[in-house]
Amino acid sequence: MSFLSYLKDGISLGSIYAIIALGYTMVYGIAKMLNFAHGDVIMVGAYVILTAVTRGGMSPVLAVALSVIFCTVLGMVIEKVAYSPLRKASSNLAVLITAIGVSYLLQNLALLIFGADAKSFVTVIDVPSVSLFDGQLVIKGITIVTILSCIVIMAGLMLFVQKTKPGRAMQAVSEDRDAAQLMGVNVNATISMTFAIGSGLAAIAGLLLCQTYPTLTPYTGAMPGIKAFVAAVFGGIGSIPGAMVGGILLGVIEIFGKAYISSQVADAICFAVLIVVLLVKPTGLFGKNIQEKV
Amino acid sequence: MKKTMNKTTKNNFINYGIVIAIFVIVEILSGTGNLSRLLTGLLVPLCVYTIAAISLNLIVGFSGELSLGHAGFMCVGAYSSALFSHIASDIPQVPRFILAILIGAAVAAVFGVIIGIPVLRLRGDYLAIVTLAFGEIIKNLINILYVGFDENGLHVATSSANLKLAAGGKQILKGALGISGTGALYKDVKHYFFPIGIILVLLTLFIVQNLVNSRSGRAIMATRDNRIAAESVGIDVTKFKLLAFTISAALAGVAGVLYAHNLSMLKVSGFDYNMSILILVYVVLGGIGNLRGSMIAAIILYALPELLRGFANYRMLIYAIVLIVMMLFNWAPAARNWRARVMEKIRGTKNKKEAA
Amino acid sequence: MAMLEVNHLAIQFGGLRAVDGFNVSIEKGQLYGLIGPNGAGKTTIFNLLTGVYKPTEGIIKLDGQDITGKSTIEINKAGIARTFQNIRLFKDMPVLDNVKVGLHNHHSYSTLTGILRLPKYHKVEKEMNEKAMEILKVFDLDKEADTLAGNLPYGKQRKLEIARALATNPKLLLLDEPAAGMNPNETQELMDTIRFVQKHFGMTILLIEHDMKLVGGICEEVTVLNFGQVLAQGETLKVLKDPAVVTAYLGE
Repeated sequence: MSFLSYLKDGISLGSIYAIIALGYTMVYGIAKMLNFAHGDVIMVGAYVILTAVTRGGMSPVLAVALSVIFCTVLGMVIEKVAYSPLRKASSNLAVLITAIGVSYLLQNLALLIFGADAKSFVTVIDVPSVSLFDGQLVIKGITIVTILSCIVIMAGLMLFVQKTKPGRAMQAVSEDRDAAQLMGVNVNATISMTFAIGSGLAAIAGLLLCQTYPTLTPYTGAMPGIKAFVAAVFGGIGSIPGAMVGGILLGVIEIFGKAYISSQVADAICFAVLIVVLLVKPTGLFGKNIQEKV
Repeated sequence: MKKTMNKTTKNNFINYGIVIAIFVIVEILSGTGNLSRLLTGLLVPLCVYTIAAISLNLIVGFSGELSLGHAGFMCVGAYSSALFSHIASDIPQVPRFILAILIGAAVAAVFGVIIGIPVLRLRGDYLAIVTLAFGEIIKNLINILYVGFDENGLHVATSSANLKLAAGGKQILKGALGISGTGALYKDVKHYFFPIGIILVLLTLFIVQNLVNSRSGRAIMATRDNRIAAESVGIDVTKFKLLAFTISAALAGVAGVLYAHNLSMLKVSGFDYNMSILILVYVVLGGIGNLRGSMIAAIILYALPELLRGFANYRMLIYAIVLIVMMLFNWAPAARNWRARVMEKIRGTKNKKEAA
Repeated sequence: MAMLEVNHLAIQFGGLRAVDGFNVSIEKGQLYGLIGPNGAGKTTIFNLLTGVYKPTEGIIKLDGQDITGKSTIEINKAGIARTFQNIRLFKDMPVLDNVKVGLHNHHSYSTLTGILRLPKYHKVEKEMNEKAMEILKVFDLDKEADTLAGNLPYGKQRKLEIARALATNPKLLLLDEPAAGMNPNETQELMDTIRFVQKHFGMTILLIEHDMKLVGGICEEVTVLNFGQVLAQGETLKVLKDPAVVTAYLGE
């Protein structure tokens, strides 16, 4: 039974990774950049909810809505101010380093405003637990909510990308930016929208993360951000189902690694699996194999 | 043709000159008591990060691959050399320190080959994430490593209890607690760590500059500029990428040796991906492929947050803003055009004045 | 014996047979043309000859040596050098260094010799510089030796690619649309240079070209390719008058 218990913990953690990874993968697919600050947007979102509930006395639903809006706008502003001027820079390393700068900026702003102490997070989602097998396996309400949210988000995104006009514009920009521009797609607006969606999702990920692991510091988002990035690469960066599968696999591997091997090397195991996957399939599980034309 | 030869040679010597000039100025300042304690404490770390930045530039600037795991190589160099220093404590200090440097470089080079062979099959961002992964794995594994020795020899285990040291045995590496007291093993050499650091910086410059301006260096740059064309003229792309990766790893190992011996407590937590990223920031901000830029960026950006300590909580915030603004100013096409226009204007007025 | 002997060469990409049953025999010192409409498989044949693609069928022999299925690097060492339709220079390196990379496998010293600047380094570098300048002179590029290759005007970039290929001291030189994007004057000048290379170095040259005038002007023999198959082969002037060739180019 402990196996099943670890499995559901793994899927739950993996669902959070998957939601973060979706943001990474969409931004990478469309802007062709690693947005290192993505993990820190999660942390910002979580602080917004915490402040709105504890200081502002807002209802949980309102607080979450505020956080999503705040992060969406934050994502668009970051893109506009820090990334878009570098879109045509001669090296794509430039925007990567700028993203690192934005990551430092968000962390240190949070440090100034909220201090370095870990804050315990409030319970925002209160759903009763489910007991299975005569109480041998208890699934917490938040676990169910997390997994369901991940499925809904991923299905919604797939529909959005494939069925709507802005979604198809995203596909076009990701395929060939110049050609999309020539076909009348507003590339700047599309990239901005991608950042908006990714950052909005980060706010939700921040909520779910802090419901499952209820402590919050300015560095809370950094490691999950890196892990989610690994998950996105794992699944094949640029692919929405890839991010989902990669995220869940990574979560399960991490929890099993902690449970059955050692909690100290769980991260090492995650990274080792990534390396093996990439060596066997250099563009990830669902990644497209692009060969340079000679 | 002769002129280019002279130009690169001249450039190389200017770089040596800058390093020596910095050394002389620092020595004069400290001799006259004008160097604050804070700055004195920064000198050796500055050498460490300068070596790390120059060596990373070999991968990023000349071989054209993005590495996010440079701290991993420094870590390997640091731990292997610190272990050696403790185990071989009966060798006189000077030869022991030289050996420690060589061991740190060699072990890091071996890791460079082991990691490079699989990693260099990948391209671009995938390669970057795998180097980050390797860096984290190295950190994680050393974190659970316990090493000690007694009269029966060396003991290695994953917990303190499993070491099974005989009475009188000494535990050197204590997992997450790291290695302590490495600097104290070198009572006589310790005071010369800054000049030694400067010599190592010069040596790193010497190796990288001469490599770049040689047959192998041209092959490395050819694989960067156009992999397919390089193969078409018979260049073994994998071999030369691996060569650059290995030499860079070895030099990072040297930086790690200096780092380890300068600290009273060597802990693995310092070698996380943030350290790799910090070094990458020096390289990119200093100019990809520009060794002098790497040096200067490492010095300024490492010293900046330390010198801003007076601003307490604001220092890292200022650092972040400076970083973003400098990146935009240096790399954004719009900013570049603006700068070009301003330069043009300045030149224009100058010419007019001269004409008048 | 022919310098290049290709028999029954074929490659399949999924369901598409991009090249099928390709045969050619090129004598030493010959200037040979490979022509055909867009998508006929010309560049694919170059990629097969240089090991970028591995053939599904067929045998490639260079100067009697079987090089079928070897790697690009081995094939270059065996004696085939090429240029690319979309220019592939080492853009951030000086013109001189582009040629010196071509000399890499013929003038050698170890990495350590280079780092330590041992006497052999200076000696070999001097040889390489002289040799590279000699090749650059042929293409009238010697004055631009210090310019970054990426900053050269288009026509000169095409020439530099040929110079770099020649530096590898090949037995067979493959030129992929050397005159693409050039004006008539430049094309004329390039034709003279190619002829000079053929005569001066006794070079065997196989070139892909769209420009019929250029092909008619310098190639002794041609092969016309259409839909991956040989449409006509033989003496240039005869082949170009072949009704099947005219149809393939101009339509019915």
